Amino acid sequence: MAQAQGSNAAAGGLRSGVGRRGREREPGLGALERAEVRKTPGFYRRSWTRFRQNRLALAALVVLGLIGLFVLGAGLISRYVTGFSYSENHLADKLTPVMTDGYLLGSDGNGRDILTRLAYGGRVSLMIAFLSTFATLFFGGGVGLVAGYFGGWVDSLLMRLVDVLLAIPGLALLILITTLYRPGPVGLAFILAAVSWPGIARIIRGEVLSLRRRDYAEAARVVGVPPLRILTRHLLPNVMPLLVIYAAIAIPVLIVDEAALSYLGVGVQVPTPSWGNMLGEATQFLRAHPDKVIIPGAMIYITSLALYLVGNGVRDAFDPRLGD
Amino acid sequence: MLAYVVRRLLLMIPLLLGVTFLTFAIINLIPGSPVTQLRANPKFRPEDAARLERQLGLDRPWPERYVDWLGKLARGDLGVSMHNEVSVADRIVGVLPNTLLLTMTSLVLALVVAVPLGVYAAVRYRTWFDHAASLTAVVMYAMPTFYLALLLVILFALKFREWGLPSLPVGGMVDARNGGGFVDRAQHLVLPALSLAMIQIGGWSAYIRSQMLESMGQDFVRTARAKGLAQRVVVFRHAARNAFLPLVTLVGLSLPGLFGGALIIENIFAWPGMGRLTIEAVGRRDYTMVMGTTLLFAALTMVSNLIADVMYGILDPRVRLD
Repeated sequence: MAQAQGSNAAAGGLRSGVGRRGREREPGLGALERAEVRKTPGFYRRSWTRFRQNRLALAALVVLGLIGLFVLGAGLISRYVTGFSYSENHLADKLTPVMTDGYLLGSDGNGRDILTRLAYGGRVSLMIAFLSTFATLFFGGGVGLVAGYFGGWVDSLLMRLVDVLLAIPGLALLILITTLYRPGPVGLAFILAAVSWPGIARIIRGEVLSLRRRDYAEAARVVGVPPLRILTRHLLPNVMPLLVIYAAIAIPVLIVDEAALSYLGVGVQVPTPSWGNMLGEATQFLRAHPDKVIIPGAMIYITSLALYLVGNGVRDAFDPRLGD
Repeated sequence: MLAYVVRRLLLMIPLLLGVTFLTFAIINLIPGSPVTQLRANPKFRPEDAARLERQLGLDRPWPERYVDWLGKLARGDLGVSMHNEVSVADRIVGVLPNTLLLTMTSLVLALVVAVPLGVYAAVRYRTWFDHAASLTAVVMYAMPTFYLALLLVILFALKFREWGLPSLPVGGMVDARNGGGFVDRAQHLVLPALSLAMIQIGGWSAYIRSQMLESMGQDFVRTARAKGLAQRVVVFRHAARNAFLPLVTLVGLSLPGLFGGALIIENIFAWPGMGRLTIEAVGRRDYTMVMGTTLLFAALTMVSNLIADVMYGILDPRVRLD
């Protein structure tokens, strides 16, 4: 379904791309002179130009920037804005409502300041999402490259493993591993990656299967370039756009996965805050204090929505089929 | 067709073997066992632990136990729960219908909303309705399942009651006081099914819209219009028929996600289904039960993929399955 949304949004991107190109053309210069004057912008620069035309994605990027500032400034917020540390319990001030007694967003069931915890929790949640995305790309991309390039039994073995992993609903597998293992935040990121890599591995493998037969790859092989160098210097740059697109789609999913696990109590463990475990802890007060649930949930949602919109923009901008 | 189905079913066997092996390895390679948790109890003596481990067969190396487990599976025996000795198969058969009721209701609900929404958005391409529908799709797509479910609970169960409006129940499948009649059951189903459905609606309606747009631009649609057919006929008889084909695959591929979503939804709504059973079993380190539910989830995933492919073959004569 994500593909579908991309393709029709992509149509919009293409149209506006054409308009812009038309405007940029300077009249009065011959084709030859133009070629001297203007350097052709590279793929990534052209993608960025396309991305900038997507106002919704750009707005989402700004929102993400603000969230980034909020979580990176967690220390400053704790020190100058709220005056609480994220683990400070004030058992006398349990479940204070918003904007009371110096708790700007209220306090939680242990009397901890929610705003401070949101900033620190966001740091944890975002760190996990980004780290697990990188790890997913690293494992998945690596497996895809190796399987696609070497083929044969290596390919069969790796792809059967992919099939097996894809046959188990990801969340069930995640719950299984995290419940038994109880990882810390970094461990959690790698577990998320360990479950999410098969999707991208399959995509990259398919692409590499066709790329390795291209003339430049064959030529490199003929002159005796070692396989590792062919993979990293010739094939990797060509699958990079796919990796970037996949990363953009994967991050919001991973943010939500982490939140879901932490919500169920098997992700990030208290007292380390994460948006998911703040939400999970607050559900016991759902009846009397629904705001304690709504606030961290809103952070998760806004972040995942912004990441998703940026991801859509990136995909449209990077779609290799579009060109310009 | 039959040969194709049989071959696909046979291909599932090695895949399921892989799934069970992987799961078994994961469970057993992580330190600790169902007995470990009992050790917290001061009355629990080390001899008891050893005896229990022997009884459960946990004193043997795990590859040996895996082969054992497989042997039993081949004879159709999933073993008994390590927690309370209830037969795993019985327990699964007991809760599976509840999960199917929940997932299938939300599937139907999602389709009933998403299909007209997507078709109408495509017909009204680039009007306010189309934009509103697209925006809704995006907004819904990024929504975490559990957050949506909790928001629905807050609004329809808690706030509605506060405001004196008819509110919906949120726990379990039946209300002990109301005796579990049809109305009672249906009321309990509304919120969990709605939560699960709303997540799908965004993606599906966007997909249908883009398929419809593509379909509406085809020559045969132009021909149909040129013949002077009514808009309704052109849209539903010509364009929509083609647009719905890939939907079959999409729905089939969404089923694993739906079961995954059920894991969380069942947990929130105390819905006695597979998801709740799985989470409970994992928490108790009930290895046999976990193996059973994972096997079933994997089988459901594979079967739904197969059904999607077969349906596609039946609906589209251009596709040949062999």
